[in-house]
Amino acid sequence: MTRLVAGPFNRVEGDLEIRLDVEDGRIAAAYVNSPLYRGFEQILVGKAPADALVYVPRICGICSVSQSIAAAAALANAQGLRPPENGAHLQNIVLAAENIADHLTHFYLFFMPDFARGIYAGEPWAKAAARFQAMGGDAQREFLPARAAFLRIMGLLAGHWPHTLGLQPGGTTRAIGRAEQTRLLGYIAGLRRFLEATFYGDGLEAVAALDSADALDAWEADASGGDLRAFLAFSRGAGLERLGPGPGLYLSFGAYPLDSRPAFARGVWDGGATGPLREEDIAEDHARAWMVRAAEGPRPPSRGLTLPDADAADAYSWCKAPRLAGRVAETGAFARQLVDGQPLVMSLSTRSGSNARNRVIARTVEVARLVLLLERWTAAVRPDDPFCVTMPMPDDARGAGMIEAARGSLGHWLDIRKGRIFNYQIIAPTTWNFSPRDGSGQPGACEAALVGAPVRPGEATPIAVQHIVRSFDPCMVCTVH
Amino acid sequence: MPGDLPPDASGIAAREAADEPGRHTLFWLQSGGCGGCSMSLLNADSPDLFAALDLGRIDVLAHPSLCEASGEDHHALIAEILAGRQPLDILCVEGAILRGPSGTGRFHLQPGTGKPVMRLVEELAPIARHVVAIGSCTAFGGVSAAGDNVTEACGLAFDGAEPGGLLGPAFRSRSGLPPISIAGCPTHPGWIVETLVQLGHGTLGASDLDAFGRPRFYADHLVHHGCTRNEFYEYKASAKEPGQLGCLMEHMGCIGTQVHGDCNMRAWNGEGSCIRGGYPCIGCTEPRFGERDAPFLETPKRGGIPVGLPTDMPKAWFVALASLAKAATPERLRRNALSERIAVPPGKASGKPK
Ligand code: SF4
Ligand code: SF4
Repeated sequence: MTRLVAGPFNRVEGDLEIRLDVEDGRIAAAYVNSPLYRGFEQILVGKAPADALVYVPRICGICSVSQSIAAAAALANAQGLRPPENGAHLQNIVLAAENIADHLTHFYLFFMPDFARGIYAGEPWAKAAARFQAMGGDAQREFLPARAAFLRIMGLLAGHWPHTLGLQPGGTTRAIGRAEQTRLLGYIAGLRRFLEATFYGDGLEAVAALDSADALDAWEADASGGDLRAFLAFSRGAGLERLGPGPGLYLSFGAYPLDSRPAFARGVWDGGATGPLREEDIAEDHARAWMVRAAEGPRPPSRGLTLPDADAADAYSWCKAPRLAGRVAETGAFARQLVDGQPLVMSLSTRSGSNARNRVIARTVEVARLVLLLERWTAAVRPDDPFCVTMPMPDDARGAGMIEAARGSLGHWLDIRKGRIFNYQIIAPTTWNFSPRDGSGQPGACEAALVGAPVRPGEATPIAVQHIVRSFDPCMVCTVH
Repeated sequence: MPGDLPPDASGIAAREAADEPGRHTLFWLQSGGCGGCSMSLLNADSPDLFAALDLGRIDVLAHPSLCEASGEDHHALIAEILAGRQPLDILCVEGAILRGPSGTGRFHLQPGTGKPVMRLVEELAPIARHVVAIGSCTAFGGVSAAGDNVTEACGLAFDGAEPGGLLGPAFRSRSGLPPISIAGCPTHPGWIVETLVQLGHGTLGASDLDAFGRPRFYADHLVHHGCTRNEFYEYKASAKEPGQLGCLMEHMGCIGTQVHGDCNMRAWNGEGSCIRGGYPCIGCTEPRFGERDAPFLETPKRGGIPVGLPTDMPKAWFVALASLAKAATPERLRRNALSERIAVPPGKASGKPK
């Protein structure tokens, strides 16, 4: 057996190190370490509850809006407040815009450049892959201006991105009129144009209507071009469908609430069927984390404990290990679309489950669905109605904000006593996916997904490992908030 | 959307430029932060990021969101730089320096080597021609140092407003400049690319930086300058609830009259700013950003007067002018200030200009 220490992984958000045990050219075991601790849960103690909205977006630059929305939801939950319809629409639009930008950023900046690397120079598709080269290949040079133009939505509705204070428990602080509504439609139309001409090479509706793995194969064979078809071809060549299997248990907190019903359903997918998510099943295990451990074992986040201990025995990561009724769950776009019953993702799940290829496809499906929703929500804004309401914060209250960020389920649990934050606990999506082992020795989702991945002779940071790691689109800064 | 040029044209330009002399290398290191300044950098438009790098003749050796290399290739690059075989012109550090626990730096170890990142920064900084602190965490400690500062976070050359930080007050990079602090949380993409391009063109000197090392091209302004709510400010017609149109200083915690930045003079994400988004300036470019004596969205007052008054304005004058202004507030502003949308439009119903 040989041991490799892989890292840093560039083109993931934040710092990541993975220890790999290699046997007979395959990964036998993986240990995922987040080598950074940031301490936000400690910073928040003693603050005025509303100040959470200043701090939490700064947990993560790539999903700052998700953090804001989760905090606003937790505060609103503590107050018993619900935003008016306009406020709910604008919150959903801002969150969806961040998620769309995240998915596309993952595709163009983080994931695709691996196909353009020297290791694939001999492949028949190498020439086509050159378009996706890191640091300014033509695809990136087309994508970045399109991304910046689309994120004008954030300038318009949220002041700026990342890090806004415009997302409040009672709605949004920027009321819009017909002119802004029209501009919003214009920014969405600009993205649609980029997606249809460059990313999909097809109409959004046609992509959103793909309803099975066979339908996707037929669509790929149609040869109309577009960067998504290029991905499908490269991933066939690189065998991505066989890399990085998921744990079989998938989790979504539900996304984009309107009239108390989320646009993407809340629940779990367990071995082929959907079921309800039971919040009380969630607990965080510290057995292998550099964290003080509660005597009674894993605690639910509503009573969670975050105290660093750099000398904790047996520990190898700053990341805790959240578990659902003691089991490992994967979260992210694949899980979200599966739990929602999206036909293509359900069919991919039946054919080959969650894996390095299907995770990327789920994101592209989600982007198409979200742009269609953006158009609907924008048209539904009624400029003469209120956008934001307020209500006093009780001196003692608890609240939970359970939402979906681009990378999956994000929860904030808040305990207010005597008008101040007494406890604030956060479980980020990548905390689920990149957790270390727990007290019973179960590896986290990514640790397990890496087992069996091939290692080519001489590789120190195996390309298969890189594909698998990036297929989760990890966000390590969130993980170690 | 791709700009006026057909997309490939800029690609060709970049390939041709690679043969030119006088190019500058850039190494971007993420320390203890949220990555938001990198994300903000990607928002650069007119010119977009790659076009700006072309303009500044800058070659990116490493950037965590952009570069191909990982693991061993990344370590090899650092070894080449430290050995002096790979010239380093611009070192950008993003994120606070985490010195904890107890000064060991173990809260942030470099993946793959287990070396404290603060040590790596100490080794690279003297080699680089210019050292740039990206964002308020890197400049001062920022939000990373808030609360009890359990991670012992500090900036490159400041610990809050105190000179010092990781590199010490006397540190000068090979160019003779102190670390350039592109403070902001996040920092504006324009602030970064305009600084980098000026470094690339050799046009940024010591007199272009303020006392905290911030480029004066944006730090010589106040956030208040160009604020779309200035008419409300003049008449002290103030918002009381989030989303209302009035000035945010009196009740909503805005400190834009004291904070350095051209946030209301250049657009964020095409057309935004904090205040245009309906929420106050919370002073993210300032050395003490991250902690506040009062809740951020409330204005602390003494005797009914906001504690924080405009920079260089005598308090008595402010009070006198404010009470005069309040007495003279037009009904239009009084009502609009408390509304989410314009309730009373300007001008007489006749529409005749006077
Ligand atoms: S105090 Fe703040 S809201 Fe009021 S005019 Fe100045 S910058 Fe604008
Ligand atoms: S307006 Fe104030 S808080 Fe907002 S970005 Fe500018 S300096 Fe920072």
